[in-house]
Amino acid sequence: MSLHYFANPTRFTRLAGRIQPWAGGLAALLLAVGFYLALIVVPADYQQGDTVRIMFVHVPSAWMAMFCYIFLAVASAVALIWKHPLADLAAKASAPIGAGFTFLALVTGSLWGKPMWGAWWVWDARLTSVLILFFLYLGYMALWQSIEDGQKAAKAAAVLALVGAINVPIIKFSVDWWNTLHQPASVLRMDGPAIHPSMLWPLLIMALAFKVYFVALLLARMRMELNLRRIRALRLAERSS
Amino acid sequence: MTRKQRRLYIVGGFMLIFAAAAALVLMAFEENIVFFYSPSELARKSAEQPIPPDRRLRIGGLVEEGSVQRDADGVTITFRVTDKVDVLPVRFRGLLPDLFREGQGIVAEGSLATNGTFVATEVLAKHDETYMPKEVAEALKKAGQWQGKEE
Repeated sequence: MSLHYFANPTRFTRLAGRIQPWAGGLAALLLAVGFYLALIVVPADYQQGDTVRIMFVHVPSAWMAMFCYIFLAVASAVALIWKHPLADLAAKASAPIGAGFTFLALVTGSLWGKPMWGAWWVWDARLTSVLILFFLYLGYMALWQSIEDGQKAAKAAAVLALVGAINVPIIKFSVDWWNTLHQPASVLRMDGPAIHPSMLWPLLIMALAFKVYFVALLLARMRMELNLRRIRALRLAERSS
Repeated sequence: MTRKQRRLYIVGGFMLIFAAAAALVLMAFEENIVFFYSPSELARKSAEQPIPPDRRLRIGGLVEEGSVQRDADGVTITFRVTDKVDVLPVRFRGLLPDLFREGQGIVAEGSLATNGTFVATEVLAKHDETYMPKEVAEALKKAGQWQGKEE
């Protein structure tokens, strides 16, 4: 079964419609478990006290902010190079979701920064590069809107997405390459996680919840885009007849 | 070569060029991207070229153990910041973040006075990437396995 098996929109819509409620339900369940663990079960941090609980929303959203962009860039590359008919649809559908996660990461980070660092915002390399990521999402969405011709818009947006992909490794390694106020990575690092298992597991459950939520939202948005396309085609056919 | 392959090489080539360009730009602007200088970096910089006292900059490092002193007025505080190589005396008047304590990483914004003291207008706490419950931290300290900084 090749990648093009699901290129057929009807087949995709049917499958997506079947997966979507399961993904949504699983996300809700994982979120409930994750929040229960993060807000009630997990002990307070030895340094940060209860403020550490912000991490359980902040870190998964920041991971998703980057994951969504990687997804967006890969889908854009597939659309540009292999012209897979669903790829630019997937890219377009993922952008607002990624922007939402990025916004959440920025806001929760700000709320965390004030009590711990003593500042809502600083212009260090990590914070600045994530803000650029947010603007990239907004620019990507604006570009889709600003070009009438759907195919041209898809191409221009895909090029923007690929250029912006260079920002992703900069975000990830900003804390290692330069002096930043933001602390280095706790989970994905060479010496293994620097988080105690009693805090790491709830964090991973939250991360999985966010990921499954992304799948549910993406499928819903892609079905919506397909339906919009169908409506537009029907209208055009009506007008010409 | 098929058209797909050609498109793949074009996109890949452009990505490589963009990545190289971004790397060059970031390297050129490294001085401006770093959020703070460590005491030894600052010492090297001021040895190369004296830093004028009106120039605003940020320094960062650990608050040296036993160096924190409060003035009689109760709001002025002096301490030394170290990066285990060099130390820098810092003077600050104002509110400190909760995490400020000896052994803690901090970033201070201000200027370098002519007597070599850093006069800070803002002090931010920098916390590390280690997270653990209080009990675990205490147990580690009791067992002599503590690798972090002293509180």
